[in-house]
Amino acid sequence: MNEQVKIDIDRAERTEKLQGMGCKRKRVEDIRFTQGKGSYVDDLKLPGMLFGDFVRSPHAHARIVSIDTSRAKALPGVIAVLTAADLKPLGLHYMPTLAGDVQAVLAEHKVLFQNQEVAFVIAEDRYIASDATELVDVVYEALPCIVDPFKSMLPDAPILREDIQDKMVGAHGPRKHPNHIFEWQIGDRQATDDVFANADVTIKEMLVDHRTHPSPLETCQSLASFDKVKGELTLWGTFQAPHVIRTVVSLISGLPEHKIHVIAPDIGGGFGNKVGAYAGYVCSVVGSIVLGVPVKWVEDRMENLSTTSFARDYHMTTELAATKEGKIIGMRVHVLADHGAFDACADPSKWPAGFMNICTGSYDIPVAYLAVDGVYTNKAPGGVAYRCSFRVTEAVFAIERAIEVLAQKLGMDAAELRIKNFIKAEQFPYHSALGWEYDSGDYHTAMKKAMDAIGYTSLRAEQAEKREAFKRGETRELMGVGISFFTEIVGAGPAKNCDILGIAMFDSAEIRIHPTGSVIARMGTKSQGQGHETTYAQIIATELGIPADDIMIEEGNTDTAPYGLGTYGSRSTPVAGAATAVAARKIKAKAQMIAAHMLEVHEGDLEWDIDRFRVKGLPEKFKTMKEIAWSAYNAPPPNLEPGLEAVNYYEPPNMTYPFGAYFCVMDIDVDTGVAKTRRFYALDDCGTRINPMIIEGQVHGGLTEAFACAMGQEIRYDEMGNVMGASFMDFFLPTAVETPKWETDFTVTPSPHHPIGAKGVGESPHVGGVPCFSNAVNDAYAFLDAGHIQMPHDAWRLWKVGERLGLHG
Amino acid sequence: MIPGTFDYHRPTTVESAVALLLQLGEDARPLAGGHSLIPLMKTRLSAPEHLVDLAAIEGLRRLEHVGDHVVIGAMTTQHAVINSTLLTDLVPILRETALVIADPQIRYKGTIGGNCANGDPGNDMPALMQCLGASYQLTGTGGHREVSARDFYLGAYETALAPGEILTEIRIPVPPAGHGYGYEKLKRKVGDYATAAAAVVITMAAGTCTSASIGLTNVSETPLWAAEAGRILVGSTLDAATVNAAVAAAEAITNPASDMRGPAEYRTKMAGIMLRRALERARVRATV
Repeated sequence: MNEQVKIDIDRAERTEKLQGMGCKRKRVEDIRFTQGKGSYVDDLKLPGMLFGDFVRSPHAHARIVSIDTSRAKALPGVIAVLTAADLKPLGLHYMPTLAGDVQAVLAEHKVLFQNQEVAFVIAEDRYIASDATELVDVVYEALPCIVDPFKSMLPDAPILREDIQDKMVGAHGPRKHPNHIFEWQIGDRQATDDVFANADVTIKEMLVDHRTHPSPLETCQSLASFDKVKGELTLWGTFQAPHVIRTVVSLISGLPEHKIHVIAPDIGGGFGNKVGAYAGYVCSVVGSIVLGVPVKWVEDRMENLSTTSFARDYHMTTELAATKEGKIIGMRVHVLADHGAFDACADPSKWPAGFMNICTGSYDIPVAYLAVDGVYTNKAPGGVAYRCSFRVTEAVFAIERAIEVLAQKLGMDAAELRIKNFIKAEQFPYHSALGWEYDSGDYHTAMKKAMDAIGYTSLRAEQAEKREAFKRGETRELMGVGISFFTEIVGAGPAKNCDILGIAMFDSAEIRIHPTGSVIARMGTKSQGQGHETTYAQIIATELGIPADDIMIEEGNTDTAPYGLGTYGSRSTPVAGAATAVAARKIKAKAQMIAAHMLEVHEGDLEWDIDRFRVKGLPEKFKTMKEIAWSAYNAPPPNLEPGLEAVNYYEPPNMTYPFGAYFCVMDIDVDTGVAKTRRFYALDDCGTRINPMIIEGQVHGGLTEAFACAMGQEIRYDEMGNVMGASFMDFFLPTAVETPKWETDFTVTPSPHHPIGAKGVGESPHVGGVPCFSNAVNDAYAFLDAGHIQMPHDAWRLWKVGERLGLHG
Repeated sequence: MIPGTFDYHRPTTVESAVALLLQLGEDARPLAGGHSLIPLMKTRLSAPEHLVDLAAIEGLRRLEHVGDHVVIGAMTTQHAVINSTLLTDLVPILRETALVIADPQIRYKGTIGGNCANGDPGNDMPALMQCLGASYQLTGTGGHREVSARDFYLGAYETALAPGEILTEIRIPVPPAGHGYGYEKLKRKVGDYATAAAAVVITMAAGTCTSASIGLTNVSETPLWAAEAGRILVGSTLDAATVNAAVAAAEAITNPASDMRGPAEYRTKMAGIMLRRALERARVRATV
C-alpha cells in the first residue's frame, strides 16, 4: 500500500468517525422516543399540582347573560373557578396576539366561536375538574352568527368584535367594516391591470385552500409553578418558541423576564400549532400565581382541533395573463382570509398575510399585484403556518393550480408551460415582481430530472389511452397526473422586515467545548420532532472535527439557551443552523491560535484537516481539536483567555428559497369517488444536505400531511357555527394503510448566503405536495371539462363531481 | 374526553351480571370490548354510573358447530372470529367482515356480541347477522329467549334487549356448501365506520340464483335486511337488468344521515355500489 492510499484511508476513517454533515446519522433522540422514555409536559408531576379544565361555549355567537360558578365551587376537590371577572382586575381577560390583535382569555360579554373558553375550573384532579365544568351554569342569549367569510362585510352583518368596534385603524391599517381586520396590498396594481387589459389569454379562478388543523399528536399543554417567596414563575409548555413565550408572559403578567423560567421539554409534534399563546397557558399561570401551587392544563383532542390554531381558510381569486404562446405576463390575486373570531395568526408582525407574496412561484412573471382582506367570522382563531412558512402553502397552491388552469386554456402541456416560464438559473439572485430576492435555483435541471424519473411522456400516453377507454365504457377509472413545481421562502428572517412583537427574527447558538473535547451546544430553536439533537451536532462535528456522538445539543430551557425565536417556518437550519456554523468558526479561529502556540509555528502556517490543525507541508505535525481543547483550558497562549466557547446570534441577510419538482399519478374510481395514489415522486432541492436520512423522513412526513390536507382533512362548520368532525373519528389523519408510497430524489443548489449553504426542508413536501395532489385530481377530470375542483378531494366530493358531469349513468 | 365517574363491577357469572343490571337499572351498562361505549363515555354522550364488565364470565367465549348452526359466545373477540378455522370453513363471510372492522389492536378487544348488541348503526356485524339469518340468545333473570337479528334492532342504540338482559350467544345457520358471499365496505380510513357496506350471501344452481340474502350497514338508524332486493335476485341469472332492479330496491330502503362521510344521497348510492360489488364477488365465489 502506497503512502497516498494510506493517507486517504486515514482521512476517510477520521471523517466517518465524525458523523458530520452529509452522513445518514441515526437520530439520537429516537433512543428515548422509541422506548417511551421521552418526557413531555403531561409526564411532569409536581407536589401539590392542580389541574385546570375549561368551560366552553356551545354557541358560535352569543351574549353571556350570567355565569354562576357556585355549584362547581361546591364540588369537593374544586379549588377555584376563574372567569373573566376574576381576570379583568389583573388586566388578563384579554391577551395580545402575535398579529397585533387581542384575544379573550375568558369570554367577558360575548362568545365568538363554539368551544370558546368561558371559565377555568381548577381542581385536585383532572376528573374532578372535568366534572365541575358541567356544574358551571352559563346563561347565553344566542346571536346570529357569521360562518361564511363572504358575508362578514355585508352592511347588515352582525358586528362580532364589539370590543374593538370603534377602532377604525387596526394593527395593519384602516378597517373597512367592523368585521374587517386588514387589507394588505403589494405589487404594481396599475401595471398589472394594464397587462391584463391587453393580454391574449387570461384565466381567473377562485381557489379555496380550506380550513384545516395542524393536529400534532401531543395536544397543547402547560404546567405553571409560581414560587411566591422568590417571586419566580416556572412554566413548562408545548412551545415551539419558548423565549417568545417568556417575553410575552413577562409583558402581560408584569413579572420581570429574569424571574420567568420557560421550559419546553420534549414536544410531540407542532406543525405551527404550538407557536401561539393560548388561554390555557394564561389560565394555568394565573391559577398558579393566585393559588401558589402548580397548575397543569392539558388540552384534549376535541379542544385541540376546535380551538387552538386552525390553518388556511384562504379564498384566493387567482388570475394569470399570458401570451398565446404561453409566456405568463402578469398575475393578480385577491385573497379573502377567514381569520375566525380573533386575529391570532402567527406571522412575523409586519406580514398580516405572511409571505403570500411568494405566489408568483417559480416563474419569471414581470408584473403582479396581490391584495388580501382579512375578516372576522364566528370560528376559532388561528391561521397558523401548518407545516409551512407563513401562508406559503396557500401561495404555492394558488400559482400551481392556476398554471394548470392556464395550461388547459392554452391547450398546452402543463409541464411544458412551467418550463417555458421558469426563472432561469442565470437569473439568480432573482427579484420577483412582489418583492423577494430568490437566493439560488436551477429549476430546469430539477424539472428534467423529475420528468425523466417519473417517465412523464409515457404517463401522458397511458393517460390518453385510458381516457379513450373510459369514453368507450371499458373502464370506470380516471387517471390523473399531478405536477407541482414549488419555490418556498423560509428561514425568517432578516431584521429589516421580520420581527415578532418587535423582536427581530435572529436565532442563536452557544457552543462550549469541555477540556476533554466533548461539547454542549445550546440553541434558540426548539425541536418538536425534527431531529435537532442529531443534525446540529453534525454541523458542529464537521466544523470542529469533534465526533457528533461527543456533542450534546440542548434546547428549550430559556435559562440556559441563548435567546432565539424558535422553530417554525423551516427556520431552524437556515437561521440557527447558520448561527451554529458561525459560532463553531469563532471557536475554530481561537483553536487555531492555540494550536499554533502548541506547535510553535505561526497561525498562518497551519491548515485544517478534518479534526485537526496540521503544519502545512508537515502533516505529521498536528494537534487534534481534542488536544487543543485541553490546552485551551490548561495552557492557553499568553494573552489569550482560557476556555473554548462561543455564541452567535445570527441575523440572516436573506431568506432561503428551497424548491422542488413533484409528480403524482392517481387513479380515481368514478363510481365511489375513491382516489388511489399510484405513484408519488418528490424531488427536493434544499441546498446543502446535512442528514439525508432525516431529510427523507421529513419529506415522508410532509407529504403525508399534504396528502391528508388535499384528500380529506378539514375543519368544517355548519351554518350555525357548530364545528364538525373535531375528533380523529372524522378528522382525516392518514394511517400507514392510507398513505401512499413515496419516492424521493434531490438536486443540490446551495444557498449562496448561508454559511453552509443549507436552505431547510421540513416544510417543502407539505407546500409542494398539496397542489400536486389537487392537480392530479383535477387533471383526472380535466378532459371532461369539469372546471376547477375544490379541495378537499374526499370520496363524496369527487362522486359529486361525477354526478355533475353525468358520469354515473 | 374525560369520562364521568362510574362504579365498576366484574361479575363472574351470567346470573350475577343479569341480577346486577336489573338491580342497578338504567344507570348501568354492560361492558364488553368497550370500543363503542367508552368513546361515548369519553365525550360524555353516555354517562353510565355503573359498568358491568362481562370479561370475567366463563362460558361467553364459546365457539361451536351445533347441528346445522354455529354458536358464538358474545364475548368472542373479532380477533378470535378471524382466526377460527371453524368459522372460516363454515361461514367465511364472518372473517371477511371482521377483517374490515377497525384495526388489529381494536379487534383484540372488540367482541362480536358487543358489536351486535350495542345497536350502533355503524357496527358491521348486525347487518351481516341479518343477512345470515342469525338469532341472538338474550339472557335475563327469567332465563333465555331467542330473537332474530332481523327483529332485534329498533332504532339507533335501541334494541329488543329488555332491562337486565344480556346478549349471551349468537346462533348462525350454516350457509349451504358452495354458497357465494361478499362483504363490501366503503370507509374513509382504517378504523372508520362504513360510509356504506353490504353483506351478500347467495346460492347458485346451473347459473341461476337459488337464494339471496342482503344486509346493509350504516345507511339507516338500524342495520337493514334488504329482503325485497334479495327476492328480486332469486330465479335470475344475475343479469344486469335484475341486478339493477335489486340495487334499486336496496337503495330504496336506505335512509342514511348526512355526515362527514358524505351527504345522504351519496351514502344511499354507495350502499348500491357496495351491494353490486359484494354480489359480484359472491357470484364468482359461488361454486355451483
